[in-house]
Amino acid sequence: MSKYHANRNLPVFMTIVVALMLTMMPLPDSMSAFRPDWVALIILFWAMTVPRSYGVGAAFITGIFVDVAQATLLGQYALALVVITYITVKSHLLIRVFPLLQLTATIFALLALYQFLLFWINGVAGVEAPAVSYWGPVITGTLIWPLLYSFMSNVRNRVQLGN
Amino acid sequence: MISSYKQNPARIPALGARAFALLLLSLLLMFLDHRDNHLDAVRNAISAAVYPMRIIVAAPVNFWAWASDLSKSKKELQTENSRLRAEILLTAARLQRLTSLEAENNRLRDFLEARRRVQDEVRVVTIMAVDANPFKHNIVLDLGSSQGVYAGQAIINADGIIGVVMEAGPLTSDAILISDPGHALLVEVNRNGLRTLAYGTGEFGRLDLPGLPNNADIRTGDLLVTSGLGGTFPSGYPVAVVDTVTRIPQDAFAEVTATPTAALDQMREVMLIWSAQHDEQATNDE
Repeated sequence: MSKYHANRNLPVFMTIVVALMLTMMPLPDSMSAFRPDWVALIILFWAMTVPRSYGVGAAFITGIFVDVAQATLLGQYALALVVITYITVKSHLLIRVFPLLQLTATIFALLALYQFLLFWINGVAGVEAPAVSYWGPVITGTLIWPLLYSFMSNVRNRVQLGN
Repeated sequence: MISSYKQNPARIPALGARAFALLLLSLLLMFLDHRDNHLDAVRNAISAAVYPMRIIVAAPVNFWAWASDLSKSKKELQTENSRLRAEILLTAARLQRLTSLEAENNRLRDFLEARRRVQDEVRVVTIMAVDANPFKHNIVLDLGSSQGVYAGQAIINADGIIGVVMEAGPLTSDAILISDPGHALLVEVNRNGLRTLAYGTGEFGRLDLPGLPNNADIRTGDLLVTSGLGGTFPSGYPVAVVDTVTRIPQDAFAEVTATPTAALDQMREVMLIWSAQHDEQATNDE
């Protein structure tokens, strides 16, 4: 049983690690504000497809890793990820039957909430950042979602995860 | 009604409670982290796990640099070599004068019964080709606390002050640049010793000096150096050159901007300073 679980966990684990590495990938300074938040997108995908296995707990642990990798306040990304994952898991049955356009609109709303939470925590902690570093990832994340969704669905079908 | 609710396949047990608990936990973590760096041990452990990922991410860039070194023609290498030779000759000549000046300075300080200036230890560090904090101007250094890096350590390069170490992980450390909007450092005008604060603006090529009154003696072209009073930066390193001074008669303060002497957005190697002051404190603490 445990071995079976380990096999099922591996692809999820791998996609999260790849998302983390894409987050750290060096980009020219003019482009780095428009980097999609890969980790949030991947976490949302797994939260809506296999909400029973990968929910708020996985989001929290991943968030802590992002916080260390990005040298942000420990718990900042964790909190934002837990909130949007909670909403996604709570309404996963509804979200899953959405047509792609509506799903993408939902992702836009979730990413906007996510960046707002980060902005809010930065405000409390006294971190000043240009506005583009908040809305940039929302826009590129929404634009990339349809592609990422079809790619990830492919991955999921291959490893036969979810229902 | 209740039993049907319980058997609802969409229901995930204790989702709300778990989310709430994790929410509180992350708030607690942030509070502790913001207060006193209570969580350095946690951060260090996870940072070690992140290290291999950083290595992999930086690998293509390093490989590219290595490959472009490899493919350089013999002629290019020869010109670079002769240029570097000439540079070494020049710096060595300057250094000879510096040694005698330093000795003279120490003698004069003895006359004045002031403390001798101790030389700081400096070490060259490579910047890792990884991006970190999207909300800050920062760099990742490939040296960590296991090699003696500590939070609050000053970073320079050949042209001037770069920034300061924020978090020293076991193998890598995160540093903030002086151009970050949340960063300020104490500087003095090299010409007359006028002291003020230089704030980062979020642009690599600009620092703001908002605290100078309209009648302050500051001009375009003045060199700003570290004053050494803040405790973080050793004194006398160049920081920036003043490029505009706007005096508006009805305002109390002049608008002064400066350009950092170091090109903050084009670096591959920097130097870390182990200040003599910090070493003294460390030995006193033991």
